[in-house]
Amino acid sequence: MTQKPLTIAVTGLNATDNPAPGVGVLRALRLGDPESRLVGLAYDALDAGIYADGLTSDVFLIPYPSQGLEAFFSRLEYVHDKVGLDVIIPTLDAELPSFIDLEPRLRQLGIRLFLPTREQLDLRSKARLVDLGRKSGIVVPATAVVSDVEELGRVHEKVPYPFFVKGVFYGATLASTYEEAVHAFYKVVSQWGLPVVVQATVRGEEFNVVGVGDGKGGLVGAVPMKKMVITDKGKGWAGITVRDPALAEVTQAFVKATSWRGPFEVEAMRDAEGRYHLIEVNPRFPAWTFLSCAAGMNLPHAVAELAAGRPAPVFGDYKVGSMFVRIAIDQVASFADFQHMVTLGEVARTTNGGQP
Amino acid sequence: MINQRVRDLALSDTGFVFDPYSGATFTVNPTGLCILRALAEGLARPDVVRRLRESFDAPPAEVEADLDDFLHLLGQQGVLPQDFHLDT
Repeated sequence: MTQKPLTIAVTGLNATDNPAPGVGVLRALRLGDPESRLVGLAYDALDAGIYADGLTSDVFLIPYPSQGLEAFFSRLEYVHDKVGLDVIIPTLDAELPSFIDLEPRLRQLGIRLFLPTREQLDLRSKARLVDLGRKSGIVVPATAVVSDVEELGRVHEKVPYPFFVKGVFYGATLASTYEEAVHAFYKVVSQWGLPVVVQATVRGEEFNVVGVGDGKGGLVGAVPMKKMVITDKGKGWAGITVRDPALAEVTQAFVKATSWRGPFEVEAMRDAEGRYHLIEVNPRFPAWTFLSCAAGMNLPHAVAELAAGRPAPVFGDYKVGSMFVRIAIDQVASFADFQHMVTLGEVARTTNGGQP
Repeated sequence: MINQRVRDLALSDTGFVFDPYSGATFTVNPTGLCILRALAEGLARPDVVRRLRESFDAPPAEVEADLDDFLHLLGQQGVLPQDFHLDT
């Protein structure tokens, strides 16, 4: 007997030169089960993923979580009434606390998530990276949390210049002097608020790992990648899957220490001695997630299955040397879709739950 | 004892090399490719030199020097440990 195709909603549809992960996750889900109904949850009527041909059946605008939990839940309830959601896969850092808080209420509606707990989420936060390093035995760079400019003036006693000034959710600016640090501090505060994280620089090459934790200290699967081209925003524009046992150990140590449940991305620097330093852990899929499919591990599909209470696919080994090169294209968009997004806040391409 | 990392290098006939540990790609000339294949097989230094002499028309001293230069280069690139010495 075949299982009922799932209706899965995915957030994070913006796809600029600093893309959100939604499009990659949706592509993976489409590949994982061509029968599934994929629904986009967008924050802006011009999010590029809304207009990608054949990607989603329907798209709905949702309010930013900052507009309040009730408004956010109410909109998800509306989407559920319209399409009958089985699973939601959030892909943005800033919305995760809201989704975690809403998980019991969404479950009552029959909508499942596969996310970390609040405690797990906090433990991997940039502000607590040193605690995570201590608990897991992973090497982390010197890090300090600052809440005002006065503290910033003294921070070099703990974290020497040059250092990165980071927002709680996003952004990293390299500062070599106090003046640069102050400038970066105010920029981060205006975008992401307090506190601000100051992190020592590590010389070396950057490696990333996309993975899924089973919530019991084990890995459902993980695929490591080295960035081959990095944009001026520090984003990987091309990458290749690699295999280094030392990097696999870092990933396993993180998952074991946190009993991580759900998708994650480990960002690490490898120094000249081959030692990995954990820079940060993102609590969601990265934008390059589709590479996991090319390497033989469709991690978004696994998350959808696990969220729905089904057994996760059993993965063999991933393929080393799988490569991606991102491309920027001008896709032709439907003006009618744009009109619907602006006026109605939704595009319903199907009425019977089928393909777009 | 040859490093596992050399065994894991992906070598193509065109001389394109992929290091799965570091994700680095580089190209080598036929001499380099011959040496990497010999190292991956775990050959000792005299056997590597013999294979090079069978494949390329070069005096023994030049073969030895080229081999040392290439091993040094692999060390610099992190493919081999800096203090690596080929078994004699």
